[in-house]
Amino acid sequence: MLDDKDRIFTNLYGYGDWGLKGAMARGAWDNTKGLIEKGKDWIIEEMKASGLRGRGGAGFPTGLKWSFMPKPDPLRPSYLVVNADESEPGTCKDREIMRNDPHLLIEGCMIASFAMGAHACYVYLRGEYILEREHLQAAVDQAYAAGLVGKNNKNGWPFDIYVHHGAGAYICGEETALLESLEGKKGMPRLKPPFPANMGLYGCPTTVNNVESIAVAPTILRRGAAWFSSFGAKNNAGTKLFCVSGHVNTPCNVEEAMSLPFRELIDRHCGGIRGGWDNLLAVIPGGSSVPCVPAHEIIDAAMDFDTLRGLKSGLGTAAVIVLDKSTDIVRAITRISYFYKHESCGQCTPCREGTGWMWRVLTRMCEGRAQKREIDMLLEVSTQIEGHTICALGDAAAWPVQGLIRHFRHEIEKRIDDYSANPHSDTVAPLAAE
Amino acid sequence: MSVRRLAEEQPASFEFTPENLAWANAQIAKYPEGRQASAVIPLLWQAQKQHNYWLPKPAIEKVADMLDMPFIRVLEIATFYTMFNLEPVGRFFIQMCGTTPCMLRGSDEIKAVLARRVGEQKMVSADGNFAWLEVECLGACCNAPMVQINDDYYEDLTAENFEKLLDDLAAGRPVHVGSQTGRRSSEPAGKLTTLTSFYGDDGRSGPASDKTQA
Repeated sequence: MLDDKDRIFTNLYGYGDWGLKGAMARGAWDNTKGLIEKGKDWIIEEMKASGLRGRGGAGFPTGLKWSFMPKPDPLRPSYLVVNADESEPGTCKDREIMRNDPHLLIEGCMIASFAMGAHACYVYLRGEYILEREHLQAAVDQAYAAGLVGKNNKNGWPFDIYVHHGAGAYICGEETALLESLEGKKGMPRLKPPFPANMGLYGCPTTVNNVESIAVAPTILRRGAAWFSSFGAKNNAGTKLFCVSGHVNTPCNVEEAMSLPFRELIDRHCGGIRGGWDNLLAVIPGGSSVPCVPAHEIIDAAMDFDTLRGLKSGLGTAAVIVLDKSTDIVRAITRISYFYKHESCGQCTPCREGTGWMWRVLTRMCEGRAQKREIDMLLEVSTQIEGHTICALGDAAAWPVQGLIRHFRHEIEKRIDDYSANPHSDTVAPLAAE
Repeated sequence: MSVRRLAEEQPASFEFTPENLAWANAQIAKYPEGRQASAVIPLLWQAQKQHNYWLPKPAIEKVADMLDMPFIRVLEIATFYTMFNLEPVGRFFIQMCGTTPCMLRGSDEIKAVLARRVGEQKMVSADGNFAWLEVECLGACCNAPMVQINDDYYEDLTAENFEKLLDDLAAGRPVHVGSQTGRRSSEPAGKLTTLTSFYGDDGRSGPASDKTQA
């Protein structure tokens, strides 16, 4: 188990002071100038060596991402944009960072901006996080007042940080949709290439990083890449915030080492599965967009990117949604399908039409009011959405449905059998159009 | 996607209060010159807050003027982003999270309470106090089920404590924002399993605990 001294988020639950004084007592802003004086190449190499993979879901190496930024050009300033639009169902980790330890994020923004030659940083919060926005803004004001950030700050890199917010669109968590939204447009993803590192915010070089990826950077640099990479399996280094929700006895956010076995995570921090381990049905291990994994596969699996990908799922944002045997699994996935239908931006036809189609078919399957051949049809349609859209929302909508059919086809078939065993006046027609 | 239209009855005009106008100008100054359109969401949000949590057409026009944007571009924003309420909501606008993590922890019960006490979604209750809407994940999944009422999150709900919360709000009594079962934030209920060397088992007895905070 991870020791308290190796935890980065030492005020995760807000029992200490979230302001500048408390943050400095916990070690934030300690010798930031010294880190900056070591130069951008050292910072980027150290981040690469630490093995940190982006914490926003895709798991792309953070140091590598920073190194993609082109050389500074006075006509096209570089920007750092922090993605704090945490909306993936199951995920609630960035919220705790912003309301309970905002200075870790601000210091991280400063260092990351320096490493990529940016003098301005925008933090894009989801609109619903109003208290978090107030805390973060207050922390930013404190940092300005203390001369830690700003045009002439004591850390020696002119740097401005601005708090921006959205207004309730999941799609703005996609990096190019976020940039569109930040420019004052509808949050509709852009085609890539050009990638944001060349043409991002206002057409300038931009890097978009998740809150957690940025907030861990100062501690990694202070304690060394070797320290961070000593946790977790190979290629899955570091510590990670896990958000455990659903049918466990004590749902919580917790910082743990990567590659911790699922059973240990739940037993140690979440009081076990509701009704005991035999009552576990399935787990959605990385937020709503990854496929579910049935109990017998996940119980002893290591919670990291590569192991979960091997189980045809993913670590995503490490939002672990636990489902026990009382769960109506078809309805649980149908609700996720509804989520994607609601949040599709409407730009690409396969996603706009397909998410609604899948939801309507699943709604009938919940009752069993369907035909068995429709299960294959549903699978086929989901593969027609996957990979045929500008952004990954189409994929994210298809994967939970594919996971359901892969592991719980028998459950859907049973519903259909139960329904057709009873007399009904209406015939079952395989229709999904409204 | 959802179909969203402006309310049929609209006020004649909308003006920011002097404080909000100053606030709005400070927002616009955050963005590079010529990029003032970036401030459209914050400005619309402030307008909505000033106007009893719903956004009238004159406010959309006002924001378009201030940012030098065509009206249609601002209308697009107001209809695309679901946090902009285009019709009147009650004194307390309840956004109930119904996405899977909350559903697993019993948001159906919360929904039943709302259906019984407030009525249909998007309809203001007869006393003008409440309106409710089932929304998608609000990002407080470790404290599910939860609702957002105006600006504040109310977490760890049960049918009983939620009814009491609604009673207290309607009667104007003070309410506790956040967890309704006494959790500080998203720590495991009962006893801390991590960070105990800083804060003790209960979060309040350790050397780093900020004991002045509730």
